[in-house]
Amino acid sequence: MSTVAAGSGDAALANADQNAAVGYNEAVVRLFTLAAMFWGIAAFLVGVVIALQLAYPALNLNEWTTFGRLRPLHTSAAVFAFGGNVLIGTSFYVVQRTCRARLFGGHDLALFLFWGYQIFIVLAGTSYLLGGSQSREYAEPEWYIDLWLTFIWVIYLVLYVGTIYRRREPHIYVANWFYLAFILTIAVLHIINNLAVPISWTSGKSYSLFSGVQDALIQWWYGHNAVGFFLTAGFLGIMYYFIPKRAERPIYSYRLSIIHFWALIFLYIWAGPHHLHYTALPDWAQILGMVFSVMLWMPSWGGMINGLMTLSGAWDKLRTDPVLRFLVAAVGFYGMSTFEGPVMSIKQVNALSHYTDWTIGHVHSGALGWVAFVSFGAIYFMVPKLWGRRDLYSNKLVSYHFWIATLGIVLYITAMWISGIMQGLMWRSYDELGFLKYRFVETVEAMHPYYVIRALGGILFLLGALLMVFNIWKTIRSGEPAGEIKQGETTQNDQSASPAPAAG
Amino acid sequence: MAGKRGNIIVRNHGKIERNVTLMAVLIAITISIGGLVEIVPLFTIKTTIEKVDGVRPYSPLELAGRNIYLREGCYTCHSQMIRPFRDEVLRYGPYSLAAESMFDHPFQWGSKRTGPDLARVGGKYSNAWHVQHMINPQSVEPGSVMPSYRHLMRPLKLKLIQAHLRANQAVGVPYTKAQVAAARGDLRAQADPEGEHDHDGLLKRYPKAVVADFDGNPAVLTEMDAVIAYMQILGRMVDFRKYKTKDLQQ
Repeated sequence: MSTVAAGSGDAALANADQNAAVGYNEAVVRLFTLAAMFWGIAAFLVGVVIALQLAYPALNLNEWTTFGRLRPLHTSAAVFAFGGNVLIGTSFYVVQRTCRARLFGGHDLALFLFWGYQIFIVLAGTSYLLGGSQSREYAEPEWYIDLWLTFIWVIYLVLYVGTIYRRREPHIYVANWFYLAFILTIAVLHIINNLAVPISWTSGKSYSLFSGVQDALIQWWYGHNAVGFFLTAGFLGIMYYFIPKRAERPIYSYRLSIIHFWALIFLYIWAGPHHLHYTALPDWAQILGMVFSVMLWMPSWGGMINGLMTLSGAWDKLRTDPVLRFLVAAVGFYGMSTFEGPVMSIKQVNALSHYTDWTIGHVHSGALGWVAFVSFGAIYFMVPKLWGRRDLYSNKLVSYHFWIATLGIVLYITAMWISGIMQGLMWRSYDELGFLKYRFVETVEAMHPYYVIRALGGILFLLGALLMVFNIWKTIRSGEPAGEIKQGETTQNDQSASPAPAAG
Repeated sequence: MAGKRGNIIVRNHGKIERNVTLMAVLIAITISIGGLVEIVPLFTIKTTIEKVDGVRPYSPLELAGRNIYLREGCYTCHSQMIRPFRDEVLRYGPYSLAAESMFDHPFQWGSKRTGPDLARVGGKYSNAWHVQHMINPQSVEPGSVMPSYRHLMRPLKLKLIQAHLRANQAVGVPYTKAQVAAARGDLRAQADPEGEHDHDGLLKRYPKAVVADFDGNPAVLTEMDAVIAYMQILGRMVDFRKYKTKDLQQ
């Protein structure tokens, strides 16, 4: 048993960083890391602006800065610019190390991918501000930007899979399964959901191939699995590499990893219709969406347990290592939002929560608590290694970042729980004669204090991220070099990492 | 550790995790099943879209207005999907049917109601109210958090309107040749009730279309005219007095 387990990827994890001769392409990982921080700040900043706009509508200054145009800018910047750069960067960091192979395709192609992806982000963001949106949630870019992203994404797939092909480890490490599922599935979702006919080859405007009820389900099949594969599977790849590395423990259970992986990717795809409860989508599809969403709770928590229990015997590190604290708290938030999600997918709960801020709060407990926290942990972990520094400039600043950001999240999601549930209840309140008790605008006015609190939470989260940028900047500019060790080679931290075979 | 089951999973999975092609193929199969089972029947089951009369393609001006609705990201705050609940039917009107958005490329059901649902806003407010509300929402609804859309008072771009209708034909909207041919005239006619236009033809091609000088400025066809023309048709195409609940089963 132990031989099987030892050969099943843990060796790859243990050997990561130990082969300087391979000469990993770290330059491109450094670029993706810097881009992730840049876009992260942009995303959080625009988030704060639109949060304030809902509290103080006078902040909608002109045509280009209305909520309707800035909101897609915020979501795209957070998901595709911040999240996307984190995912591509970490996936290249992880795949090279766990395969003990240099990135496939050569440095120029990797650079082309980097700049091609940034061009996609800039094209998409500027097009929203100028009024080019196809009005599909999380898939707002018009057809020509979609084509460009498809082209870039294929290059990403080739570089990633090419690196796996040239691996020197017999087994593909578990983190790579998740990254691979993420890259493949996003390609499928992106292409099908964005099928459209442009009005001419010189116009940005297009009409989607599908309409009405079919279009709605295809869009939410895409939308929910942007969450499932971009924001979950991809970031689980981060969890499966960086938590065991940082905790210096093997993954808790190899068998659980296998079940977690296949169950998660099988079940997630079904969950889309829970975004369309009680709509004109036929009931059978709604029921399927609900049942599979509830089932999805199981693999989600299986993954959470696998991540958290990896700390067995190393829990004390949480007291002294704020980077590990980010990674582990992220898994905690993942557990929380993957419990809340199935609850909200139950039709009777959804009847209240849908169309309200509760959904917004739920998204942010996942986006801020899980996605951003695990990303911060990975960035803090990678930067000293990528720039050949002994350690971060300041671990104390990491700790401040952690607590300020956590406070921000708590303010954000509690404000949205209250405002969401309150508005849902106000909409369905009747007076003694059976008439509706509140005009719609009265329910909007009731939201004001919570919108202010939510904006405050967002400002704290942004402040924390600015601390990170300062800390990383100082680490890169003036951090103590990692002694004899050259860039890309083993650091002291890695040498002590010799994971035992996983308990199967 | 573990008994036989554990060993079987571990040993057999070893084959998959040593072969990236196999793994990619298995991933592709695994993620395809749910989507195929849920999406394909929506195209094949005939009752998915209810049989009701009255739903028609948008008039050129309504379509232009809808495109402005998309451009401005109105869906980020407004839904167009009334659920079959007592409070929603009281507040907004009969619950929405799949048939009512069958020509919507893309659909705009939305996911958030920072503002009210708009699926049946047509006919609820006067054109003058809409103009005032778009220019300064707080002047008619002090508690509103909606941005001002005063920039919609600029001229509407019309050159490509026929290309818009043809692209809609390409994705399955049943615009007729006559509708495409008359598109430019219809665009003007709908916002200029006093001018020399084929208003009868317009209303024949697009029954229930509201013909009005929406923004109070007959000299210029503006984006405001288009958006309000779109607002005023929303939810009005189907005559719900003709149907009982059982006629609308999917």
